[in-house]
Amino acid sequence: MNDTRPMIEVRGARKFFGPLEVLKGIDFSVARGQIVAVIGPSGSGKSTLLRSINHLETLDGGEVWLDGVQVNQKLDRRSFERHINGVRQQMGMVFQHFNLFPHLNVAENITIAPIKLKGMAKAEARALALKMLDKVGLADKIDAFPARLSGGQKQRVAIARALAMQPKVMLFDEATSALDPELVDEVNLVMKQLASEHMTMVIVTHEMRFAAEVADRVIFMADGAVVEEGSPAEFFRNPKQERTRSFLKKFLNG
Amino acid sequence: MDIALIGRIVPVFVQAAWTTVELSLLSLALGLAVAALVAMLRLSHVAALRFAGAAYVSVFRGTPALIQIFLLYFGGPQVGIQFEPFAAGAIALGLNIAAYMAESIRGGVLSVDRGQMEAARSLGFGEGQSMRWIVLPQAAKLMIRPLGVNAVALVKGTALVATISVVELTYTAQRFIGSTYKPFEIFAVTAVLYMIMVYGLTLLIDRLDRAYAGEA
Amino acid sequence: MQGLDFSIVPEYWPLIGKGLWWTVVISTASAVLSVLAGIGFALLVLYASPVVRYPVRLFMWLFMGTPLLLQLFLIYFGLVQIGIDIPAIWSGIIALSLHFAVYNADIFRAGIAALDKGQTEAARSLGFGAWRTRIYIVVPQAVRGTVPAVGNMMIALLKESSIVSMIGIAELVHSAQLVISETYRPFEFYLTAAALYYGLNLILEAVLRGIERKVELSR
Repeated sequence: MNDTRPMIEVRGARKFFGPLEVLKGIDFSVARGQIVAVIGPSGSGKSTLLRSINHLETLDGGEVWLDGVQVNQKLDRRSFERHINGVRQQMGMVFQHFNLFPHLNVAENITIAPIKLKGMAKAEARALALKMLDKVGLADKIDAFPARLSGGQKQRVAIARALAMQPKVMLFDEATSALDPELVDEVNLVMKQLASEHMTMVIVTHEMRFAAEVADRVIFMADGAVVEEGSPAEFFRNPKQERTRSFLKKFLNG
Repeated sequence: MDIALIGRIVPVFVQAAWTTVELSLLSLALGLAVAALVAMLRLSHVAALRFAGAAYVSVFRGTPALIQIFLLYFGGPQVGIQFEPFAAGAIALGLNIAAYMAESIRGGVLSVDRGQMEAARSLGFGEGQSMRWIVLPQAAKLMIRPLGVNAVALVKGTALVATISVVELTYTAQRFIGSTYKPFEIFAVTAVLYMIMVYGLTLLIDRLDRAYAGEA
Repeated sequence: MQGLDFSIVPEYWPLIGKGLWWTVVISTASAVLSVLAGIGFALLVLYASPVVRYPVRLFMWLFMGTPLLLQLFLIYFGLVQIGIDIPAIWSGIIALSLHFAVYNADIFRAGIAALDKGQTEAARSLGFGAWRTRIYIVVPQAVRGTVPAVGNMMIALLKESSIVSMIGIAELVHSAQLVISETYRPFEFYLTAAALYYGLNLILEAVLRGIERKVELSR
């Protein structure tokens, strides 16, 4: 096994929205079991970067690799479709607005992908769902519909749904920004637990305290570029770039 | 009001109303099938298919249903297509309503939050799988009401085939107005039968909509 | 099977053109009347005394539940039998106007109901009477919001005006029928008529878009 190979590698990622360049050639990599927090002002491109790892955004230039396989490789439409579906099964994605499937109950939300995509038997899938729900502390909600859950509960189910595919990495896109403040902690707690289990994670967030607590490495982005990166200790205590300092100051004062 | 006359003609009119029901059901089935296809074209990634779908909708919504019926029934034989009046009527009405229903279906699909498709794709579902298991079940609930409006319009639209001598409700009414000289009695009977169909259908759609669209 | 031959179409243009003209006239007249009557019905349904309100509602209910063609037959073939002889052209315009007035009334009623109560209160506080408030303040505002929905009705009206061909009014479809009875070429001439409707429809849609933009700016 080649454990030194990075789990996620992004090289020269560029992306335009019309005339606007939202990613200006980003390079970064995430080692196996590493937890990277990406912070930065809104419009900095951090969400776009995360989404392009899952190929929800198509890069205009550069490469994305997952565990030695190029995510955005050039293939004909049909082959690429098959390829990307396979790659995505190895990445768990958690969205700001949860995106639970409202027409399915919690168990079905979690089991639909294992059943339909991995051919798992229904009973086995339900047992798996129960295990995942146990992990996020919601085993008692297994038969509830999403509409009956609080925002924090929805996001925990969304995490369980992603985990049920046994992904190699988890991508979090502002997972707590849409939550009421008192519901943030329960989601953060689940993410911390994942961290303690050495899940490889990329966390786009605006919560500095959480980033400092949980991340092995912090990346600060602004205007589509990486401005500064480092361990949480050096990044927060001793930022080198003026841009970082002013961002952190504004954030800590506000 | 000539009550005796009404009593005498009711059986004939009920028979005619049944023809209207049959016509409606047949065109509805055809319309839904064609509409699903056209909606798929309109939502396709391939520009040529999207254009074909848009052209269908534009042409059938941009011209009168009456002319579409005439073209098929009177013009069809010229190009080797020949149907009995009833079949011609059902087909023309079905093709016509399909253009409207395609837009209702497309509207439903487009109303489903984009995040649903993204979440499904991020789990590894393909485009078609995401559509079938995640987007369509939700869109279906949003389509009930607009498709219902289309269906009600279709029931009233079936009157048009009276013009090619299909013995449905309006044709029968016209004949009896001409022969009995009692327009209001005839209109009353005909109107009641239409309203049973139209408002019955409206009620059914309301109930379906409340039953399924409620918990979305 | 006879094969198609569109080369004979231009020869009959004078007749077809006249039909096109009458389609425009009938549709325009019916559109205007259906909007005015629609506003009238909406006001009656909302504000008139029950003696007036309920008959109007019953009438709307009747006309919404039955096909236009039946209504046309009633007005043209029916009324004459009880001594009310309305010429074909007016029967057609009345049927189209009433049929669409009922739908328009429903749209206007919803538009008026959705209007802020503060508007009425402000007008009343200035000394406007109840009906003056409705006509000068409520209706003009409510009508603006209903332009897209009423526009869709007018698009439907243009196409449904083809139905008046059934009582012998020489509009587009009837003109086509006259030509067809002479030439035995239904496909060519119905297709021609369809194309002309399509053209009219495009023009109407452009006009409605223009009105919508204007109204949007003045809101």
